[in-house]
Amino acid sequence: MRFMFIVKSAHSGPPPPKLLEAMHKLADREIKAGRMLDNGGLMPLATGAQVRVLDGKLSVVDGPFVEAKEVVGGYAVFELRNKEEALASATEFMQLHKDLFPGWEGTCELRALASPGP
Amino acid sequence: MHLHRPDPRTAAPEASPSAALTAADTHRAILGVWRIEQPRLITRLARMLRDVPLAEDLTQEALLAALERWPVTGVPERPGAWLMATAKHRALDHLRRGRMLERKHQMLARDMEEDEQGMPDLDSGLDDEIGDELLRLVFTACHPLLPREARAALALRMICGLTTEEIARAFLLPDATIAQRIVRAKRTLSESGLSYETPRGEQLSERLSSVLEVVYLIFNEGYAAARGEDWLRPQLCEEALRMGRVLTSIAAHEPEVHGLLALMELNTSRTAARTGAAGEPILLLDQNRLLWDQLQIRRGMLALERARELGGAGGFYVLQASLVACHAQAATADATDWSRIAKIYADLVALVRSPVIELNRAVAVGMAEGPDAGLAIVDRLMHEPTLKNYHLLPSVRGDLLHKLGRHQEASAAFEAAAALAGNQREHALLKRRAAEAAAASTS
Repeated sequence: MRFMFIVKSAHSGPPPPKLLEAMHKLADREIKAGRMLDNGGLMPLATGAQVRVLDGKLSVVDGPFVEAKEVVGGYAVFELRNKEEALASATEFMQLHKDLFPGWEGTCELRALASPGP
Repeated sequence: MHLHRPDPRTAAPEASPSAALTAADTHRAILGVWRIEQPRLITRLARMLRDVPLAEDLTQEALLAALERWPVTGVPERPGAWLMATAKHRALDHLRRGRMLERKHQMLARDMEEDEQGMPDLDSGLDDEIGDELLRLVFTACHPLLPREARAALALRMICGLTTEEIARAFLLPDATIAQRIVRAKRTLSESGLSYETPRGEQLSERLSSVLEVVYLIFNEGYAAARGEDWLRPQLCEEALRMGRVLTSIAAHEPEVHGLLALMELNTSRTAARTGAAGEPILLLDQNRLLWDQLQIRRGMLALERARELGGAGGFYVLQASLVACHAQAATADATDWSRIAKIYADLVALVRSPVIELNRAVAVGMAEGPDAGLAIVDRLMHEPTLKNYHLLPSVRGDLLHKLGRHQEASAAFEAAAALAGNQREHALLKRRAAEAAAASTS
């Protein structure tokens, strides 16, 4: 079963080096364990853009977006047995944030990927 | 983290009003944590005790302790540290109980106590480099001295962290059978003095083939699972893939390791296309290729490339992966490069001398050069004693004859194949083809 983890936070600014290092180690361990298939951190909103359809019209809005509250900061794709395993994994990841990034608040949303076919 | 208690802030809105987790949910939640922590626990204990089977026993005890305690206390904030401390205590108890008071063990015990007195480092679990120890674990679990089935059970248990019950369900066997296999295998290892050793150099490549064989056996068991069977069965493919990926990180310079991973990734990429809505199997050439998983194909192709870079182009698994890659890269069945497939089969036959592979080569040659070229190979195989009762031989022959317009002979070949087919669905298909060929011969 594949899961996507999406990390969102209202907090802007880079994570402290200790957290970055710990996340790097965690990702390395998970890749070596054959569970993590892909992951990535996202650059600030200013580097991005949104293409929207609204009222039947297409528009392009360059970042940063004033109305954005929680912003997606990174993602990962895992292959895991079940939701419990995904929860254990996401909890470990968020525990690192709790321990190494005091004051930080955010969400790690985990979603099962739809599999193709019947 | 208190997984067993419903938390109003995290409960999903669609959850039932009584969101309290059941005992079974808690059990699964604990196993979720266990799966992450298990490799580190067992490798650490193995290093301390210099005994892999014993380390496995004691990590299992730590799991049992968690299953007993956590439903009452809640899952601790750092479950990995809890499990490690518990497992180490068991190891310490074991050393004391066994009165193993030689100097070596005293030193070990002291090290461990000092270890425990220190404040646990927050991310100490992430600092463990377990590669070498894990490699030792893999080689021990897959020791050629053990029967193949025992190796598979032990590997799933020690490397993937599956419970005895899960392994039994996956192999459609009683729990007691698997438990016995594991106990016997561990006893064999202990009694043979093989409980803690890592092969090196030339011996490593030799032993590696035993490991790869086990991983592929587990994969094929999952691959053969029919739809509607226990979900743990097809799950074996994922377990094997995970083991394959682990191997590519701990034995990164072995081309066949990458070859096997490529073979498994590429085969798995077709999962969604392999069965129809009613669960009926769909043959490769009839599959809807839009359902093939392109991410997985890319991963497979990368692993294959790596194997070739390492000089392994002619290896057993690399060649098989190369075959599957030919299909994976063809956008339509018609675009399949059959000459290349025929060539790879020729290389495989040269490597393993198998009449079954030669029969596969005949099919590829028939597609690449025309049915008579394929038939020439099949006719040579007709006297092969090992294929005497192999239904695919007359089946392939019937197909080639049918394409050559020799319908009567084709019909007889399909009849012969049907008589040998063990499986109902295949029997019916071959009977139908025999009737079609017979009809074509009279028209």
